[in-house]
Amino acid sequence: MDLTLLMYLIPSLIMFCCGVYGFITRKNMIAILISLELMLNAVDINFVVFNRFLFPGEMEGMFFSLFAIAIAAAETALVIAIIINVFRMAKNIDIRELTKMKF
Amino acid sequence: MIWENILIYFVVIPVLTLAGLAICKNIKQVRAVSVIGATVLMALGVYLLVEFLQLRAAGVADEMLFCGDWMWFEPMNIKLSLGVDGISVAMLLLSCVIVFAGVFASWNMDPLPREYFMWFWLLSTGVFGFFIAIDLFTMFMFYEVALIPMYLLIGVWGSGNKNYSAMKLTLMLMGASALLMLGIIGVYFHSSADGNLTMNLLEIARNNAIPHEWQYFLFPMTFVGFGVLGAMFPFHTWSPDGHASAPTAVSMLHAGVLMKLGGYGCFRIAIYLMPHAANELAWIFLVLTGISVVYGAFSACVQTDLKYINAYSSVSHCGMVLFAILMLNTTAMTGAIMQMLSHGLMTALFFALIGMIYGRTHTRDIRKMGGLMQIMPFLGVGYVIAGLANLGLPGFSGFVAEMTIFVGSFAHADLFHRVLTIMACTAIVITAVYILRVVGKMLYGPVHDEHHRTLTDAVWHEKFAVITLIVCVAGLGCFPNFFNEIIYDSFAPIIKALGAF
Amino acid sequence: MDFSYSYLVLVLPLITFLFLGLMGTRLSRKTAGVIGTAMMGVAAVIAYSVALEYFFGADQGQIVDGIRQQIIAWDLTWLEFTENLVIKVGFLLDPISAMMLIVITTVSFLVHLYSLGYMQDHEHKYEKGLQRYYAFLSLFTLSMLGLVVAPNIFQMYIFWELVGVSSYLLIGFYYTLPAAVSASKKAFIVTRFADLGFLIGILLLSFYTQTFDFITLTSNPTAAIATAGGATFMGCSVMAWALTLIFMGGAGKSAMFPLHIWLPDAMEGPTPVSALIHAATMVVAGVFLVARLFPLYCLEEGTMTVITVIGAFTAFYAAAVACVQSDIKRVLAFSTISQIAFMITSLGVARPELHEGVGYMASMFHLFTHAMFKALLFLCAGAIIHAVHSNEMSAMGGLRKYMPICNIAFLIGCLAIAGIPPFAGFFSKDEILVAAFEQNTFWGIWMMLVAGMTAFYMFRLYYKIFWWNNPDYGHHTPHDAPMTMSLPLIILSLVSIVAGLIPFGEFVSWNRADYHIHLNMTVAVSSVAVAVVAILLATKLYLKENSAPAKMANAFKGLWTAAYHRFYMDELYQFITHKIIFERVSRPLAWFDRQIVDGSLNGLANIANSASYAIRKLQSGSIQSYVYVYLIGALLLAAVTVICLI
Repeated sequence: MDLTLLMYLIPSLIMFCCGVYGFITRKNMIAILISLELMLNAVDINFVVFNRFLFPGEMEGMFFSLFAIAIAAAETALVIAIIINVFRMAKNIDIRELTKMKF
Repeated sequence: MIWENILIYFVVIPVLTLAGLAICKNIKQVRAVSVIGATVLMALGVYLLVEFLQLRAAGVADEMLFCGDWMWFEPMNIKLSLGVDGISVAMLLLSCVIVFAGVFASWNMDPLPREYFMWFWLLSTGVFGFFIAIDLFTMFMFYEVALIPMYLLIGVWGSGNKNYSAMKLTLMLMGASALLMLGIIGVYFHSSADGNLTMNLLEIARNNAIPHEWQYFLFPMTFVGFGVLGAMFPFHTWSPDGHASAPTAVSMLHAGVLMKLGGYGCFRIAIYLMPHAANELAWIFLVLTGISVVYGAFSACVQTDLKYINAYSSVSHCGMVLFAILMLNTTAMTGAIMQMLSHGLMTALFFALIGMIYGRTHTRDIRKMGGLMQIMPFLGVGYVIAGLANLGLPGFSGFVAEMTIFVGSFAHADLFHRVLTIMACTAIVITAVYILRVVGKMLYGPVHDEHHRTLTDAVWHEKFAVITLIVCVAGLGCFPNFFNEIIYDSFAPIIKALGAF
Repeated sequence: MDFSYSYLVLVLPLITFLFLGLMGTRLSRKTAGVIGTAMMGVAAVIAYSVALEYFFGADQGQIVDGIRQQIIAWDLTWLEFTENLVIKVGFLLDPISAMMLIVITTVSFLVHLYSLGYMQDHEHKYEKGLQRYYAFLSLFTLSMLGLVVAPNIFQMYIFWELVGVSSYLLIGFYYTLPAAVSASKKAFIVTRFADLGFLIGILLLSFYTQTFDFITLTSNPTAAIATAGGATFMGCSVMAWALTLIFMGGAGKSAMFPLHIWLPDAMEGPTPVSALIHAATMVVAGVFLVARLFPLYCLEEGTMTVITVIGAFTAFYAAAVACVQSDIKRVLAFSTISQIAFMITSLGVARPELHEGVGYMASMFHLFTHAMFKALLFLCAGAIIHAVHSNEMSAMGGLRKYMPICNIAFLIGCLAIAGIPPFAGFFSKDEILVAAFEQNTFWGIWMMLVAGMTAFYMFRLYYKIFWWNNPDYGHHTPHDAPMTMSLPLIILSLVSIVAGLIPFGEFVSWNRADYHIHLNMTVAVSSVAVAVVAILLATKLYLKENSAPAKMANAFKGLWTAAYHRFYMDELYQFITHKIIFERVSRPLAWFDRQIVDGSLNGLANIANSASYAIRKLQSGSIQSYVYVYLIGALLLAAVTVICLI
């Protein structure tokens, strides 16, 4: 059976929607981060898939995904560091509670 | 070259003083630098007066003397235009005296004396710049320079409900400057019939090109813009709160000089540039200022805080200034300028004394004081003199100013002006009521609070500030014709503009 | 020798004032007093020489065609309002100002001298603040002299205010006593209120006539009145309004009803001050003012009627109140009000065509004699108060044995004021009665009745102090005052005896021509008869201690109480000022200012504030909600796009 474009895109769309849903509804910062990663990965998949199906001879899409994965890793590290620090300060990582710097 | 013009030094000296203060290490140096700056400024003021009189005596009949301009923003034709006539000279001298006395009155400023004096001098820079400039934009700029430091001076060094007062003052004055800005831009775009737009007052007045329908629009804007600073009813409420919270010298500078920018701007910009609207719309503002005069006096009668009493008294007296300006004849307008001088000196004297008394008793509530005359005779006598000057006793400046205003106002024979003038006259009786009430309660009578018996009388720098001001008030009151003539002649072009609208 | 040296009359008190005011505390109290008195003496000598030279000196144009001229000795431009309205500070010499120079400097010098003795406590130590006292006395003398010699109405107004303030300062001399403080405040504010009328009057007058000059105004009064061009306001001509308002100023200073309330309270000041300011000089300023502008006044019949009615009513009112007061200074104060009202009435009934303007001359004559005998009475009262340490009649009685000089001096004063010949008051009061009868018999009889009351209450006072009973003074028996105090009494007594014999009309008359006084025998005899009857009545009631006065007081209890409380005028004023002005005007205004004017601004600020708070919710900082909103927006856009495309 041939894999069509749609068979890649539908899981990616589901993944992205899960990410959006999680990002909007979750209150735990770690969960939000995971949702964010989900969205990012969904987009990565799209990149690779579109590259594969639309411009088969080219590699830019692949590289871009690789690049995005690398940055996502760095970003995750950074965010986890922030979260740990926030936890140390506030003993809490629920974003509804963290309004100290707001006003 | 710009440095050859004597007027620029009125801005340069405060700026240099500011720079000097920036490198001061301790309070002694701060005081020294400030006193030197104030003294040099005072000398410069006197020198300017002498030069001015000599030029006038030599028959130089130009409207403004020491004119000069230097382009600083080509596209809008904005220049640093300087020039003074008799009125500006008088106002400059007044500012010199107030700044001089103000420095001595804030001798023991605490905390952050250096920063305090820096803001103080920045404010002075703005004030002096305003009086020497004849370019609308430059005037506006200096006006803003004078306003902003007030916020910090009250907010940081004030007392009582200072944050509220500082905020209120700044917001109201900023609102006024928004109007003013619109007014000035409007004037600029109609400054000339042939497309050579200019910001220079004299040129605008000469062109007389602002269309009448625009004048109806721009005149109220500029007049109210400056009127707020002149404490015109109903835009006066920043003044009592501001005065009550401000530290002594700031109150002095505020009432003594800053409120004068309002009156000065009213006739220099609003009336001079838009004579048609001035003639047509004067009645509205006459009613408002007439209310100011009586209303301020009545309100002062029931206040119990010394500073509030004098702040309302300021509303009344400053109302008189605008009232007289709107009478649009030479005598009344001369009276208005005299009243500005007189009110500036008297109120500065008052606030200086109140500050000194407050610094000792730590209360400004007249119900909690009594018999202070026995304890601090110098301050008591000073206060009585200030009070008598305020209620218009002959021999002090207030009398001369008020009488000139009344005689000028009475030149209008119609019932409307008559009634308003008589209403304004009644203010002198009410003034006597609230002044004597305070004097009687606070200074006379038995000692109210036994703790006050240990208080001391004024020290040398306080005496110096008080005596300087008293001498000026009495000098102006005993020999009024000197300034009267200088001012009277300066009104000729303005009256001509009004007559030819 | 011309009159230019007359500036010394003003300059000497000015120097004294400045010197004592600035240097006073460095001097000992006695030195300050002596310097003040000496300088006043010199000023008095110069003033006498100016006045005498004006009346009798070698001809320098004082008299032309039998008319005394008005001479401006010198003037300086002080302030120019417009080209026409210029204030020149100057020195106007004419009969009335020369007469006033003599009155003021005489009384002032004697009071200076008297104060040296009076302002001492029991141990003969000078009182605290004596330097200040003498400085203020000099200031007062300066202002009063400046007032009477003013060549224009504005200079008069200037010095008018200055006498007001020196009166304020002197009444409040004992500034630690609340009564003195409130009395001084009251005096200043009431006269200030009256001065408001004066000021508006001046403004009106000067607006139409375009001059402040007395000479210009009075030399051609018809033309001056005509400048108003028949302008009217509320049915009366503008000039009548102006003159009435100017008279209001005079009424305030001269304590005419209903502006008299400050004068009785002003007695809280030291007694010599009362003698100088509130009996002899300042309070007659109103009379002087009307006399100064008399040529204008006599052309406005309505204003003259107002003046007459106010004067006559005040004379009666004050005399009635004086009959029942118990504080000796209050009695004298009301007597002063009544006597000044005599002068005012006399001016009010004066007309140039009636008996050559006798009222004017009579008024000035009475001013002169009254200044002397009333100063005498006050100084005696001072000596008595000094001796018994009380103002109340109840603390006195039988003093004739202890204070013989004072007794005689006081008796002379009483005889003079009662109008018994040959004492000074007889002649001047007689002329006033003649003037009143000339105008209208009703006023004549009215004034004669008041004259009788005068004699009654003065002798009531005299007997209550010097006869009545013999209270026990304890170990501290009263005695006559020291020489510094007695000498002025003796001098003033002598003057009070002979002053009436001066041919006053030769010097002062309304048109400044000679006027020969001749007694109208009918009036003279009847007025003396009334006075004698009144004195006899007083003798019957008050010579010896008895219960008749108390019975009378009980019989007319309501009337007596009302008179004792001065017909509740003070309470009325208190009500108006406190209940109406303070409570009904000032307080609501202050409230309005705080709540409405300021409140609306605060409200504006609050609206801006709450609007900001409301909008702030949108900018919550919570990324999740941003994303949510964004997502909805994006979906909506997508939906719209899809719908549009289909």
